[in-house]
Amino acid sequence: MKIKFRLNGKMVTDEVVADTPLLEYLRSKGCYSVKRGCETSNCGLCTVLMDGKPVLSCTTLAVRADGKEILTLEGLQKEAEEFGGFLADQGADQCGFCNPGFIMNVIAMTKELEDPTEEEIKEYLAGNLCRCTGYQGHLRAIQAYLEAKQGGIL
Amino acid sequence: MFSFQQYVLAESLEQAYELNQKKNNVILGGTGWLKLGKKSYGTAIDLSGLGLDQIIETEEEFSIGCMVTLRQIELHKGLNDTFGNACKEAVRHIVGVQFRNLVTVGGSLFGRFGFSDVLTCFLAMDSYVELVGKGVVSLEEFAKMPYDRDVLVRLIVKKDGRKVSYQSFRNQSTDFPVIAVCAAELQNGKKIASVGARPARAVLCSVENEDWTKELTFGSNMRASAEYREFLAKILLQKAWEELA
Ligand SMILES: Cc1cc2nc3c(=O)[nH]c(=O)nc-3n(C[C@H](O)[C@H](O)[C@H](O)COP(=O)(O)OP(=O)(O)OC[C@H]3O[C@@H](n4cnc5c(N)ncnc54)[C@H](O)[C@@H]3O)c2cc1C
Ligand code: FES
Ligand code: FES
Repeated sequence: MKIKFRLNGKMVTDEVVADTPLLEYLRSKGCYSVKRGCETSNCGLCTVLMDGKPVLSCTTLAVRADGKEILTLEGLQKEAEEFGGFLADQGADQCGFCNPGFIMNVIAMTKELEDPTEEEIKEYLAGNLCRCTGYQGHLRAIQAYLEAKQGGIL
Repeated sequence: MFSFQQYVLAESLEQAYELNQKKNNVILGGTGWLKLGKKSYGTAIDLSGLGLDQIIETEEEFSIGCMVTLRQIELHKGLNDTFGNACKEAVRHIVGVQFRNLVTVGGSLFGRFGFSDVLTCFLAMDSYVELVGKGVVSLEEFAKMPYDRDVLVRLIVKKDGRKVSYQSFRNQSTDFPVIAVCAAELQNGKKIASVGARPARAVLCSVENEDWTKELTFGSNMRASAEYREFLAKILLQKAWEELA
């Protein structure tokens, strides 16, 4: 199957085996931030943006990227660094394995929701699992990040 | 992960239907459920190119294409204003935003899953599905039909003025529901409810009598016992009427 899409800003034309999951395909293109953390669509670690919307790359097929724009953490370095700083300030990460998918979904959330409440933040991120922490540091980091954005500091 | 030999982006519904008559072929929805399987198929049929990813609202009804995602349902203002946020309430606990951005109304209804929030929700509304082969059938009838090789084109939900409230109980957020109840009060005052995740395909029932749950069968599994489910169903119905009062 021939596909043509935009990956982190660059046009890609490629031949893919039609039943390849988007996750494995993106890794084969060098996007190693995209990881598999489960087999059941539950962990959120494989999150990428497809036409601006967060989706599970483990659950969709590479052919479904045809004609679309895909962003992975590799293409969002500026945003990732910005928010990463807030995570570090809170000491939120432990092993850090959940981090790439989590950051991707936080970026998606800040694009989609305006001034979300704590409940709205929790609901938006319910599909991102972390096995080490109790999510409290993550939540504080998000709140500080959103405040900084609103205050025009970022 | 499921696999297949060939991929066809369908150019028409007729082509999709014809291809789907072969037992080894498969229609692709959002692939959320298919992905969990390990089956190997011949041809995968993609309906993405047929413009069926839209919710069209008119004076009388909503026409919801089979490729509309659960997230679109969750965010659609018209649908949620008309039915008191019941649709949003039905889908918002399903896995996560990233998952709901992929999985479809078509796959959710065609699957007629015993845990389905989506089927339970729309069953309590005046809903119909359009199938390529069988034409338009009521969702109530479709929910009882055996699996066949038809193609679901769209869901039609009539605006008949009923008031609807969706309630579910989960052991843990984002898990499958232990029980789900969607209650509706029709314009003539009649009260009905659909009950899903019993765990069995959702059914529609009259709830005029005190012991309305006696008509239904409840089952036990790792999430809850039949007795607990029946108990919760009554509570959820009560909560629904309180919400609608
Ligand atoms: C981990 C997990 C948790 C879930 N939790 C919940 C939950 O709590 N509540 C809930 O309600 N649901 C839940 N679901 C189900 C989910 O919401 C979807 O209903 C499910 O993934 C099917 O939708 P899909 O678009 O992914 O369909 P697919 O997986 O693509 O297809 C499912 C089936 O339908 C067929 N099909 C798809 N579209 C059509 C069509 N237009 N015409 C004919 N046949 C078609 C396919 O061939 C396949 O047999 C869960 C699913 C998973 C994987
Ligand atoms: S790998 Fe776990 S949700 Fe995609
Ligand atoms: S920090 Fe270890 S999984 Fe989240």
